[in-house]
Amino acid sequence: MDTKDREILEILEKDAKIPLAKIALMIALDEEDVKSRVENLEKKEIILQYKTIIDWEKTDEEKVYAFIEVRVIPKKNTGFDAIAKRIYNFPEVHSMYLMAGDYDFAVVVEGKSMKELAYFVAEKLSPLPHIQSTGTHFLLKKYKLDGKIIEEETMDKRLAMTL
Amino acid sequence: MKDFISHKVNTIPPSGIRQFFDLIATMEGVVSLGVGEPDFVTPWHIREAAVYAIERGYTSYTSNAGSPQLREAISKRLYYDYNLTYSQEDEILVTVGVSEALDLILRAIINPGDEIIIPEPCYVSYKSCTILAGGVPVIIPTMDTGFKVTPDQIETAISPKTKALLISYPSNPTGTALNRDELIGISKVIKKHNLLVISDEIYGLLTYDQPFTSIASLPGMRDRTILLDGFSKAYAMTGWRVGYAAGHKDIISAMCKIHQYSMLCASIVSQMAAVEALKNGKAQMEKMRDEYNRRRRLIVNGFNRIGLDCFMPEGAFYAFPSITSTGLSSEDFAEKLLFEEKVAVVPGNVFGDCGSGYIRCSYATSLENIEEALVRIQRFVGRGN
Ligand SMILES: Cc1ncc(COP(=O)(O)O)c(C=O)c1O
Repeated sequence: MDTKDREILEILEKDAKIPLAKIALMIALDEEDVKSRVENLEKKEIILQYKTIIDWEKTDEEKVYAFIEVRVIPKKNTGFDAIAKRIYNFPEVHSMYLMAGDYDFAVVVEGKSMKELAYFVAEKLSPLPHIQSTGTHFLLKKYKLDGKIIEEETMDKRLAMTL
Repeated sequence: MKDFISHKVNTIPPSGIRQFFDLIATMEGVVSLGVGEPDFVTPWHIREAAVYAIERGYTSYTSNAGSPQLREAISKRLYYDYNLTYSQEDEILVTVGVSEALDLILRAIINPGDEIIIPEPCYVSYKSCTILAGGVPVIIPTMDTGFKVTPDQIETAISPKTKALLISYPSNPTGTALNRDELIGISKVIKKHNLLVISDEIYGLLTYDQPFTSIASLPGMRDRTILLDGFSKAYAMTGWRVGYAAGHKDIISAMCKIHQYSMLCASIVSQMAAVEALKNGKAQMEKMRDEYNRRRRLIVNGFNRIGLDCFMPEGAFYAFPSITSTGLSSEDFAEKLLFEEKVAVVPGNVFGDCGSGYIRCSYATSLENIEEALVRIQRFVGRGN
């Protein structure tokens, strides 16, 4: 991966809908070249998915998130990954990380209500083998998501003309 | 009350463009390509450092030359970036922006009637500050040499009264830069005639295709150059008002004499923010520069597609397309464009008569704004005027 690839990724990370022709202009390559680079990045699974950041709060859709600290006793041969798999395969799991420090996994779960999430933790997550303990924290407000500040102040405070 | 005003101030012509600016401020829905400062807000870590400085009670004066920490950081940056050695003790002066540094150096070196050679188009303050300091600006129009001043042009402009050459590359308004060889050519003339160079390098870090060369770093030029730079453009810190001058200690000390009585020192909070910028600001500065670079290619392509000839600027954040194909003067173009399509651009002649036939378009604005402006300009040009 060279600097042009890195630039392509940076541009797409901010705007997945940007036309390839425009990327080509911005980084001084032909459109064909950009196209094949993007295809290659997709093939190599460096680009995993094109997604949208949605502020669900503004819709009438109910969404609740919880952040769960999970402590486990690792399995002898397969270690953390095998346990992780049993957790992240649940569709309720939005994202999941292996952590260094006080606990082992950070699991973000998504549901329609607190009740639904509490049920998930009590009935699905905690009973799994190797799980030592869980600590559930409900998310109250999102400030920043994937690098995007939710209530970003965007007013241009500059004078309209300066020399 | 006019009788009270000094003759010197009266010789400075009133700025005709002010009215145009005031007009824009009253209009709604204007897309402005007229802003000469970054659209980025100062990176958070720098703002945070300033907030922390205030919290801890850093609210005093600093030494006239600037805080030792900032002078040390500036000295290091000039060494790392240009391999230039300036002693933080007596060869660096922290100022209230490059603006103050420029005023100081002109006042420090000019005896009445001394000439300062200024290639145009250029930043608007050079000519007036020279006159206010009692000097005589000697203008070199550069429209026939790709907006780059040449050694021959300088040679022709030199007289027994010449004191210094004042240059700024990458240039506001054209975005042109000079490469090392071009600067070597200029440095030879300067040395031959025993002159000084005032080098306003405020856009030095915003250079895109080739690394920036400071004229001070060329053989025999360090002591002949007063290097001016600041934080306004590269670190998006225009409102903080902090910059600096680096040069021979005799010259820096002369500048400091004026500075200590007129300004005393730059704001301590801004100086502490500037230290943070130099210590930890490189990555974010480069991100902003990469973003300008992408916009640069887009806007230049856009102008050429529309039929307004535009060369690729090598630095700063300005494109300088020619509008002669429209048959309009720069001022008529800018005014009509504002009224008919609500796009603000700066007529090129604001930066010197030889900027006639061009407009300065700043791409320190979002991609969306650039694209919207291009759509409107295309419609405007397509209508014919
Ligand atoms: C070429 C040039 N020099 C100096 C300045 C002023 O810089 P500062 O904010 O450091 O006073 C500007 C600002 O537009 C500029 O374009």
